[in-house]
Amino acid sequence: MAEYAKPLPRQEEPELTQPFWDAAKRHELLMPRCSFCNKFFWYPRAACPDCLRESWEWTPVSGRARLHTFTLVYQAAHPAFQDDVPYAFAVVQLEEGPRMMSNVVDCDVANVKVDMPLMVKFDDVTDDWTLVKFRPA
Amino acid sequence: MSLRGKAAIVGFYETPSRKEFPDRSTNSLLAEVARGAIRDAGLRKEDIDGLINAEGTNSLTLAEVLGIRPRYNTSVTSHGASGATSIVVAAQAVSAGLANYVLCIFGGSQPRSSSRLRAVSQAERPSGPASRATEWEVPYGPVIAMNGWYGLIKQRHMFEYGTTMEQFAKCAADERFNGAANPNGIWYEQPVTVQDVLDSRFTNDPIHLLEGVMPVSGAHAVIVTTAERARALPNPPAYILGMGGPATNHDVIWQEDDITVTPVTMSAPNALQMAEMNIRDVQFAQFYDCYTVLVMACLEDAGIVPKGEIGPFYESTDTTFKGEFPINTDGGQIGAGQTAGLGGGFRHVVEATRQVMGRAENRQVEKSDVCLVNG
Ligand SMILES: [Zn+2]
Repeated sequence: MAEYAKPLPRQEEPELTQPFWDAAKRHELLMPRCSFCNKFFWYPRAACPDCLRESWEWTPVSGRARLHTFTLVYQAAHPAFQDDVPYAFAVVQLEEGPRMMSNVVDCDVANVKVDMPLMVKFDDVTDDWTLVKFRPA
Repeated sequence: MSLRGKAAIVGFYETPSRKEFPDRSTNSLLAEVARGAIRDAGLRKEDIDGLINAEGTNSLTLAEVLGIRPRYNTSVTSHGASGATSIVVAAQAVSAGLANYVLCIFGGSQPRSSSRLRAVSQAERPSGPASRATEWEVPYGPVIAMNGWYGLIKQRHMFEYGTTMEQFAKCAADERFNGAANPNGIWYEQPVTVQDVLDSRFTNDPIHLLEGVMPVSGAHAVIVTTAERARALPNPPAYILGMGGPATNHDVIWQEDDITVTPVTMSAPNALQMAEMNIRDVQFAQFYDCYTVLVMACLEDAGIVPKGEIGPFYESTDTTFKGEFPINTDGGQIGAGQTAGLGGGFRHVVEATRQVMGRAENRQVEKSDVCLVNG
């Protein structure tokens, strides 16, 4: 496999977010869920943004989602993406509620539409890192 | 106690907007506009006892450079809204007696390619500080500058409300028409048509190149004082009738609950309530415009039209300085340039002042008493 030239995730608080990436490597999608509000939230942070309690847990989710919005990139900020243009840089809304940034893959960009149903697609980009992307459901 | 009409802008000055000023530093441009605004207000430099500038430079550092000894100083940290916010802060300061004459000053000199180079170097640099962005955004390939984020908003606006590419392009074309009449602007005498905008390349679909801004060097400044002091000065005062926040309720756009809705849903009612006015009393608008979709969403949220109807509004309304509802009469950032050092948002304050004072010459709007400015 050619060396992966795109930027890999760099963690500001690895102790907080490592469970997410470990699960992704196992092809499981986890989201933070507040034990008090029972609400999912994204991105992971010290306390639930609704009630400010720190009692949240990594909780498995379905991987089912809808495309909230997207943009087709022609001029990427990082040159390693330039071979892929146009690609879909997307905000994906999980069935469980949270919205995350991702890519829509396995799909001609002409067919990418707002609100289309999506399913998680784990992309093992290196031995250490698996990115969470989405494909048409 | 309401601050309605307690403070006024009494002088302004700006440099031309240029891609670069090869031989001039940021401090050189700021010194010119400080000098110009003080002179325009009919004041002496010793009168200036308040200083407000942009995040990025400590206001005390700038005070020292300009030889000002402020009783009151601060830097505004509201990103693009810092320029408009500086007026809110200055009005509070003079109304509270913390300063008599506050200089609000924004701008910068930068090499023409610096914003792109900075974006690339940030994306490539493996050793910079890790952040929320480096973990949750960068691996998926963001777009240069803010193009990607506003592409997400525009796409969703088109989906929810059926706003068309032509309607967005009309917004850019109207601003470029205004900018073509602004000798200080980067696009002076270079109007574009709706078709030109539609024919410009996508930086990222659905954002056309001509729906965004040209980063420019330059600077802008105004002087704020109390209404009483203003009446003793030579210029007709531009009174600050109402003000409202917040600047934002999220830091990254994808964290917003409804990404087509802006904080103007709160700030505009706050400002109008203080002014004891209705949105229908507003005669023209100077609205932050890094991209067409932002001006348009903010105008909706201010209540100019109901949510989702800004597309048809642009289609049927002449928003140039000659039109029935003028918007961004100096060209705004799309039509005149996004000045470095957060000066882009501040140009809206300067142009509102110029129009209200009746000094806009070739682009003076017909009804220029009440302007709504959005940072
Ligand atoms: Zn909670």
